[in-house]
Amino acid sequence: MAAVMPAPAASRHLLSGNEAVARAVWEAGVKVAAAYPGTPSTEMLEVISTYPDLYAEWSVNEKVSLEVAIGAAYAGSRAFCCMKHVGMNVASDALMTLTLTGVIGGLVIAIADDVGLSSSQNEQDSRYWGRFAHVPVFEPADSQEAYEMTLAAYELSEKFQVPVILRMTTRINHVKSLVTVGERVPHTGAGFRKEPGRFVMVPGNAGKRIPLMFQRDADLRAVAETSPLNFIEDGSDKRVGFIASGPAYMHVKESFPNAPVLKLGFSCPLPFAKCRELVAMVDQVVVVEEVEPLIETELKAQGLKVLGKEILPLQGELSPNVLKPAIAKLLGEPVPVLSPVVPLPVFPRPPTMCVACPHLGVYYTLSQVRNLNISGDIGCYTLGAGHPWNALDTCVSMGASMGVALGMDKGRGEADKDKRVVAVIGDSTFLHMGMQGLLDMVYNKGNVTVLLLDNRAVGMTGGQNNPGNGYGLHGEEAPRVDFAKLVAALGVREERIHVVNPYELPVLFKTIRDETKVPEVSVIITDQPCVLVKDYHKLKPYEVIDEQCTGCGNCIDVGCPAIHVTRRGKEVKPSGREVDLAFVRIETSVCTGCGLCVQPCGPKAIVHHVPTSPIQLVKGGCPA
Amino acid sequence: MSDVTNILVVGIGGQGVMTATEILAEAAIALGHDAKKTEVAGMAQRGGVVSSHLRFGKRVLSPQITPGTADVLLGFESAEAMRWQHMLKPGGITLMNSARLVPPVVELGLFDYPADPIGEVRKSGNKVVAFDATTIALDLGDIRLGNTVMLGAIADHLPFSADDLLACVLKRFQRKGEKLVELNRRAFAAGRAAVGEAAAIPA
Repeated sequence: MAAVMPAPAASRHLLSGNEAVARAVWEAGVKVAAAYPGTPSTEMLEVISTYPDLYAEWSVNEKVSLEVAIGAAYAGSRAFCCMKHVGMNVASDALMTLTLTGVIGGLVIAIADDVGLSSSQNEQDSRYWGRFAHVPVFEPADSQEAYEMTLAAYELSEKFQVPVILRMTTRINHVKSLVTVGERVPHTGAGFRKEPGRFVMVPGNAGKRIPLMFQRDADLRAVAETSPLNFIEDGSDKRVGFIASGPAYMHVKESFPNAPVLKLGFSCPLPFAKCRELVAMVDQVVVVEEVEPLIETELKAQGLKVLGKEILPLQGELSPNVLKPAIAKLLGEPVPVLSPVVPLPVFPRPPTMCVACPHLGVYYTLSQVRNLNISGDIGCYTLGAGHPWNALDTCVSMGASMGVALGMDKGRGEADKDKRVVAVIGDSTFLHMGMQGLLDMVYNKGNVTVLLLDNRAVGMTGGQNNPGNGYGLHGEEAPRVDFAKLVAALGVREERIHVVNPYELPVLFKTIRDETKVPEVSVIITDQPCVLVKDYHKLKPYEVIDEQCTGCGNCIDVGCPAIHVTRRGKEVKPSGREVDLAFVRIETSVCTGCGLCVQPCGPKAIVHHVPTSPIQLVKGGCPA
Repeated sequence: MSDVTNILVVGIGGQGVMTATEILAEAAIALGHDAKKTEVAGMAQRGGVVSSHLRFGKRVLSPQITPGTADVLLGFESAEAMRWQHMLKPGGITLMNSARLVPPVVELGLFDYPADPIGEVRKSGNKVVAFDATTIALDLGDIRLGNTVMLGAIADHLPFSADDLLACVLKRFQRKGEKLVELNRRAFAAGRAAVGEAAAIPA
């Protein structure tokens, strides 16, 4: 992924929606772009950072990123901010007042909805923010539209001095399609003009801005009525007409090429007259939108007879194989059979932690300590809830491990009297929204052991830099947070702060066991880098001496994907109990020698691999 | 929409499925097609399932392949090729790596790996050609060549010539030196040959 920098104007490129928006941001002359990583939005800022002549930053969270963009827009420059859907929950405090002040320089906020939950804790429809905050919403249907609508959004933003939401979904952000790019037009801001009645939102000032906001709503609706982003395509089959927005439009065109369609690109405020026009053209109208019935509900409130979520799902992605059967049923036609083959039963393949991941040691240890309730957080380490560790009991929102742990402690029932409460959080999540929770925990004298997994990266989204690893967005050196000092400053006592190497299992085990017995807040910081970042150094790989392996399976409990079972067996113990045996090998070609599996191996069957010449790779591995 | 070709590339996070699909897309575009490529792979870096959809033709609307309409299924791993059979159109073909990647949930004894994925695919009534792309890559000296072996495997099952695809593959390695270009040329040829030979043997 890189900027299409050398790409001349009018040339065509295969770009993801994220790459297309990045290009448009650069062409629009944006001066400041800020974001916090989050699937599926992450690549927008990553690509923007490869363009020249603008300032881009990873902010510590989405609220800060929006505030940075607001400041730049107040200063008269064009600004950009992007986030995943849940990011706007965090940033919304700023958004809800920003709508009153408005902007000077254009401000576009791209929100990426993870429709279908490919990598998120929930599914949300960010178009609600347009209604809630009274700001316009654009909904592109592919990369070309994402590019064009970003440019159009800056024009609208400056004309009406209003931030514009570009609502994307995974099927826009990550789909690659052809985009014809243009030229960059530099944009020079006028500079900040002091105007307290507008920019200082105290009650007296804010109250006067509210009527202006409602007037703006009406003005924008009039613009939406004639906007080229909203258009009707007539068709010969008038039995059903469609009102569609975002990627749903493509699915409608694919499924019903002869049906009349109103395509809404500028979908908030809704152009009611345009919708009436379509309704008058056909027998019945189906609103096709992902995911909630926003357009549908507003049209019904206008007295328009339309269908929507009565016949379409309220959850997940739409696609031709969802639309075709639903419309066939509506028309009383036989429901088409899509595939004669029923899906064959295959085991699930959930995401795993990487080979040698420093979190493996943490979760292996947590799985060996009894009587814990473990409140978790959002990142790679959420995978600790899965097999073989089963060592994470909650996951709610960024930073929630702190507050949830404190609540579990204070609200413990009789059955949990002897349970210890542990919170697990990553470095970037801690800086995003965990610090406040820890402060609350210390201030309110909680009894929680916090595991702060510092792997020096935002791992789950691809290893982005953050204030915890000492590198900036462009890989340049940046001030690095000292986590031990930070938690001490928040009030954790020095004796209760431990920095441990997560690959040293006995030390980790003893530290966790000891600290969970102390009835106050402890913080255990693990300090080894993510295996996918440049700070990580591979070590000599290991192998299993087959004759010495007793099949106990202890190493499998570590959960490293480099360990494979070669054969299984059974053994009757002297007690008469029958136990399962699993003899193993290590995929030496992917092992990086972390040594975690060596430690629980009783018979010392795991030793450093001695390469024969040339390097012998184990067959049956992955063709990566 | 018979003027649109649907290629489904499946495998596991880290195998290069998305890169392979992107190269196929580049080849289609170079030949003047419209194209869309999509996948759900948010957490795929962590060893999860990846299925990458490529659609190309005069004009492509929806980026997703509808079940029962894929022309070719290119499977980077045996069980994954089996998982997506319902996506193929009747008479569609599966080109699959016979090598297996066993996930931790199977190693832990929670699930079984199918005993005969190739047989299961064949039983579903679709055409199938299986070959050991992993061993081919290892014999050429680098497991990472598996990706190019797979692209060679699909080369004679596309509505454009194998040479057009090869040119797009080699373009990726041009800056990395002649040695790598040559290795990939050989990997591509080996993948093509493997499918040709396997297809010649009646099932």
